[in-house]
Amino acid sequence: MSGAVVEIIQTNGKEDEVPVAVGRAVYEHPYIVRLCHWINLVALFVMVGSGLQIFRAFPSFGAKIPQKDLLHWPKAFAIGGWLGGALQWHLTFMWIYIATGVLYLGYQIFSGNYKQVLFTHRDLPGVWPMVKHYFFFGPKPPLREAYNPLQKQAYTSAIILGVLSVATGFAVWKPIQFSWLAWMMGGFHYARIWHFAVMWAILFFVLGHLVMVILHGWSNFISMLTGWKKDPEY
Amino acid sequence: MKKKNADLKLQLEEKKFKQVNRRELLKLAPVLALGAFAVPSLREVLLKKGLGFSDWTAARFFRPGHAATTFDDSDLTPFAKFPINGYDVDDPGVDFDAWSLTVSGAVKRPGDYKLGQVQALPRFRQNTRHVCVEGWDVIGRFGGTRLSDFLQLIGADTTARFITVNCADDYYESLDMETALHPQTLLCYEMYEQPLTREHGAPLRLQIPTKVGYKQAKYLTDLKVTNVLDRVGYWEDQGYSWFYGL
Repeated sequence: MSGAVVEIIQTNGKEDEVPVAVGRAVYEHPYIVRLCHWINLVALFVMVGSGLQIFRAFPSFGAKIPQKDLLHWPKAFAIGGWLGGALQWHLTFMWIYIATGVLYLGYQIFSGNYKQVLFTHRDLPGVWPMVKHYFFFGPKPPLREAYNPLQKQAYTSAIILGVLSVATGFAVWKPIQFSWLAWMMGGFHYARIWHFAVMWAILFFVLGHLVMVILHGWSNFISMLTGWKKDPEY
Repeated sequence: MKKKNADLKLQLEEKKFKQVNRRELLKLAPVLALGAFAVPSLREVLLKKGLGFSDWTAARFFRPGHAATTFDDSDLTPFAKFPINGYDVDDPGVDFDAWSLTVSGAVKRPGDYKLGQVQALPRFRQNTRHVCVEGWDVIGRFGGTRLSDFLQLIGADTTARFITVNCADDYYESLDMETALHPQTLLCYEMYEQPLTREHGAPLRLQIPTKVGYKQAKYLTDLKVTNVLDRVGYWEDQGYSWFYGL
């Protein structure tokens, strides 16, 4: 679980010397969280890339006759080379994506570590001050924990979107065997639209996430690799 | 060396801290296994296995008693807007007078069956969704005889695993027996209550609402009941999914 705090000290090995504190560090990200993050970074990249190649085969949500394309996604920014190849990537990596997601959710719930990142009603009052600070040059609210309310909202939404990407994907893949799922989405034709829309929502999240990671510096980035964040702001 | 100072805060020597960080980073090594997909020879094998696993899972999800959604006549896509797809020509020039379905394999009554014999069996009509692997879908009205009734007519061994078909345009496909026996799987000779047109697969095609479009072979010429798949399917041989149940 996350949360352990240490004081980093320097000594030169003598018995009764007083150690010099050179910093603090917090264990922010447990192993399973980090493992799942990096696996699904690759998996999501492949799912989006191959998904867009699949989309290129019929880049429309209207009728086939007459066909009116929604947008032309360039082949160079898609994975698989052609529909057959893209489906192989998509139908292979979907299992990696799902297994990793299940591992992540299972770990978060059973370890209790979800409390670090789950957005609850208690976080509501803190959202607007964070929005003001990030987007409107408002004052920096005091940070008390690893994730501020806006971050919790973002990451919780991202997880929900991840689940939706799988649910909509299943409805597109098996609209008959998962007919109840497809029905909730308005049938196969609409499930395909939802699946596409959820992908864009996830990409929007990823964009925001990358900007924030870059803005928050090296120590913050490293914490998703080693788990430890040196000299946290809280 | 860890010490606890008067404030009971855990202390960690800088050197040890770096060691811990390094170890935690190395624990992420399993992620590098995904790099196998970057190696072309490994990639082919892995993707084939991945698709195979998807197919295996798909077959597990198939419920023989579960029907594909049927629709009202008002939901039908107009016939003129029902797309025609093929891999070669849309009309392979079938000679309807000479046509027969050549039946072979694990059956008691092999041989050539004329269209009249197929049409003599009970006719079922259904408004179902046709989904193409490309991503588009239409709702069509199809009519024909249940494949399961035809299998009974020919005395097929329904414990066999597969049905394979050949077509007049040299297309070929294969079907799992479970899907073949599904009540909505038709030997279809009608669309929108008219005989099949040439481009839509006349005189006889498979119509399988529980499968993707490319498995619903057109202009059938041969049907075989077998436990061995010597030829799988035109698109499958290019790398597409075999089971592709919806």
